[in-house]
Amino acid sequence: MRYLPLTQHDRETMLATIGASSIDDLFADVPAGTQLDGPIPGLPIHASELAVERHMAKLARKNLAAGDAPFFLGCGAYRHHVPASVDHLIQRGEYLTAYTPYQPEIAQGTLQMLFEFQTQVARLLGTDVANASMYDGSTACWEAIVMARRVTRRAKAVLSSGLHPHYVSVATTMAKFTGDVLETALPTLAPEPDTASLIDRIDDDTSCVVVQYPDILGRIADLSELAAACHAKKALLVAVVTEPVALGLLKSPGEMGADIVVGEGQSIGVGLQFGGPYVGLFGCSEKLVRQMPGRLCGETQDADGKRGFVLTLSTREQHIRREKATSNICTNSGLCALAFSIHMTLLGEAGLRQLAAVNHAGASAAADRLATVPGVELVTPSFFNEFTLRLNKEARPVVRQLADSDILAGVSLGRLYPGAADLENGLVVAVTETTTTEDVAVLADALTEVLA
Amino acid sequence: MTLNPSGWRPEAPQGGTADAPTFTGNRALMLEEPLIFEIGATDTTGVDFALTPAANGSRLAGLERAAPIGLPGLSEPEAVRHYTRLSRQNYAIDLGLFPLGSCTMKHNPRLNEKVARMPGFADVHPLQPVDTVQGALEVINELAVWLIALTGMHGVAMTPKAGAHGELCGILCIKAALEARGEGHRKVILVPESAHGTNPATAAFAGYAVEDIPATAEGRVDLAALKARLGPDVAAVMITNPNTCGLFERDMKAISDAVHAVGGYVYCDGANFNAIVGRVRPGDLGIDAMHINLHKTFSTPHGGGGPGSGPVVLSEALSPYGPLPFTARMADGHVRLIEEENAGEEHPHSFGRMTAFHGQMGMFTRALTYILSHGADGLRQVAEDAVLNANYILRSLEGTLDAPFAAAGPCMHEAIFSDAGLAEGFSTIDIAKALIDEGYHPMTMYFPLVVHGAMLIEPTETESKATLDQFIGALKSVAERAKAGDPALKSAPHFAPRRRLDETLAARKPVLVWKEPTLAEAAE
Repeated sequence: MRYLPLTQHDRETMLATIGASSIDDLFADVPAGTQLDGPIPGLPIHASELAVERHMAKLARKNLAAGDAPFFLGCGAYRHHVPASVDHLIQRGEYLTAYTPYQPEIAQGTLQMLFEFQTQVARLLGTDVANASMYDGSTACWEAIVMARRVTRRAKAVLSSGLHPHYVSVATTMAKFTGDVLETALPTLAPEPDTASLIDRIDDDTSCVVVQYPDILGRIADLSELAAACHAKKALLVAVVTEPVALGLLKSPGEMGADIVVGEGQSIGVGLQFGGPYVGLFGCSEKLVRQMPGRLCGETQDADGKRGFVLTLSTREQHIRREKATSNICTNSGLCALAFSIHMTLLGEAGLRQLAAVNHAGASAAADRLATVPGVELVTPSFFNEFTLRLNKEARPVVRQLADSDILAGVSLGRLYPGAADLENGLVVAVTETTTTEDVAVLADALTEVLA
Repeated sequence: MTLNPSGWRPEAPQGGTADAPTFTGNRALMLEEPLIFEIGATDTTGVDFALTPAANGSRLAGLERAAPIGLPGLSEPEAVRHYTRLSRQNYAIDLGLFPLGSCTMKHNPRLNEKVARMPGFADVHPLQPVDTVQGALEVINELAVWLIALTGMHGVAMTPKAGAHGELCGILCIKAALEARGEGHRKVILVPESAHGTNPATAAFAGYAVEDIPATAEGRVDLAALKARLGPDVAAVMITNPNTCGLFERDMKAISDAVHAVGGYVYCDGANFNAIVGRVRPGDLGIDAMHINLHKTFSTPHGGGGPGSGPVVLSEALSPYGPLPFTARMADGHVRLIEEENAGEEHPHSFGRMTAFHGQMGMFTRALTYILSHGADGLRQVAEDAVLNANYILRSLEGTLDAPFAAAGPCMHEAIFSDAGLAEGFSTIDIAKALIDEGYHPMTMYFPLVVHGAMLIEPTETESKATLDQFIGALKSVAERAKAGDPALKSAPHFAPRRRLDETLAARKPVLVWKEPTLAEAAE
């Protein structure tokens, strides 16, 4: 077996050293009745690398890869081009096969990278600080709600109707068990986000308002007024960014007054991967840092006075505080954070701005083209790289029908909000630098046909 | 634009134990590397774009960014060099034995990486129509079938993102089941003192009061004390088996029976499943829920701290409450995705969704690849070799270091030692840091809390006898020096990229992001 170095001779020698007559002696503490006496029947036995690769490749080929079709899906996961050097570097064994950097003297590579990542994320989100990453955007969003409860000692969170429905769903699930009160609402196919309604709902019991920027339909709202309204009631503003490339062109939520900014970092450096692993971003103002969940890397010095980095403020964390920790989170999304950081370093500010500009221009042109299709109306006057169309019929069957001709047309709101009749004609279309004008033309022609 | 107009860079280090300083601060292959903020510039980029199409006017609602962001860029050669240089300051499994107890740092096969990068897995959107992702759903389903078979359980929740997220999933299943029975008033979860910190943190996060279960002198759950505490207020016990002292909980079945008899549930922390995979099925021990760290037992890479993946196997009693979404294979071979919209008919008691999308797909492909490579016979051999390697270390070192539970019998996949017998003023950390100089990552130190100055060593099955022999020799040598009070140990490591780091300073004056030195100086 190719991953097991011990030879039969080694095993015998080692058993002799131990003073055991057989391997069974070492399992003596397992009651006899609960031990299996051989490999579990009905399961296949070991296989060669070639055979396993063939099996997995066969499964992979059953999927329609985004790169093999005109592709327009977004809604929390975006297809961007990732430079080849990113994937090369994250596969270096020193990153791939390292552990959490609890022994900082021999983990400066990971630690310095995390310090750089934290700084990049904080600057992008417009917050004072950021942590070393969370599981993903949806879990980071829930952690932000819980953190706002700890900070304000209030348990009611007001969630924007433009927040990703999976994020709402995660928060709703968790709140059932923790006693947090969540106010939620379904979006409408309106041109403007729900900022005014959010402001109306803030009261003295509100811990935070959670708003997505740009929102699930792609709309963009100025958060300044909302932030001021939150602060007037001593509530926090939590902003959620699911498409961080947008922040290459748009003002950051922190700049507009958000106290906690969380996000899904997948867009930068991390592929679609059918939904995971992704990388949760978490930033906040300096004064809230001790209420933050997750790992934090900080600068310090070694015994020779050289600059170095360590995991710090761990008295917030479960391995020290146990049941009094700010969260039960242990793992971060280290390797995805590395991919994010490398991609961001390759882009730099100039590259990020240009990437964002290409996305916005492409989306703008696509929106105009698709709006000329009979039976299609553009719902969202403002957007970054993702916009919502209202079709003249239910969008979900249309998406399925186009998928049969290998066109991945976008995300139907019927998929995200099953049963919501007002939304069923909605189609969210994302356009990135990977989308060609030919792709848009194919989609426009196909829509023209199915909507006629 | 340079972000570092003052040109400040970390000074070339002076002194230390090494002799002559170098001009660069480098020492041959040990290369110092500044931060990207010190070497990059905002107008440098390593990515080229086709010409930007003419924008048809901005539609950004008047919210265009005006102020600079402050993100440095590097050209591709500079970036490759920066991250390659940094990588060389990391220890890794690829470099040597990584004996971290309870962490299962085993070899990460590269076939797994290759498979995860096949476009049919890596380049698929989670919200594509299900007919276009049948292969992905089959992977989830096939892995689920394996995990159920290997654990002898009834169902599995695949979506939890990591071990602690899996714990939360299991505890929420328990809470949902209790509430369905009208017993939501049970508010206590019992956790052994030797448990991972995530166990009590998870129980508290879900709103439970946490109480300790005492251990016996031989490092196992005190069954009598546990039974005495059980009652109608107990929702669950959380047990790690094999436990964090590296011992199998012999009374596991009796514990489960006693907990079930009073109406509670048994959660098992599956972090140490590697010791028993293929030889013991947790389902046969009366477990109701157990998370499986795919990044431990099933070799998905740790990646410097994540991502993890923590599917949770569930008993028949808890399966109805498992989270959405999940997959179901139909008689015709088609795999369905059960989400919110069809859960009403298929899975009405689910406690809901724990994460966006479908879980850590990239980890599922890797874990399934690993499982298929080993097969049922190979996985059993994994457990046997892991346990053999740990016992070899235990018996080779018990004459040198205090092994508190060694007299009572064999260990499972990890061997535990205490700091008893070291010279006055010397402790586990000195041995750990000296091991760094010997070229090893230290063992887990000061955990579990029930052993004084604990050193928890888990070699895993992917180490050769020669590697173990050298490690044993190194640890013996270091331990003898600690017993003799060698002062050089107190200042170890001497040869790592950094000497001991000041963690107190880091926590007292947190510097969590880079700031332009001129500003930082002005702030002082």
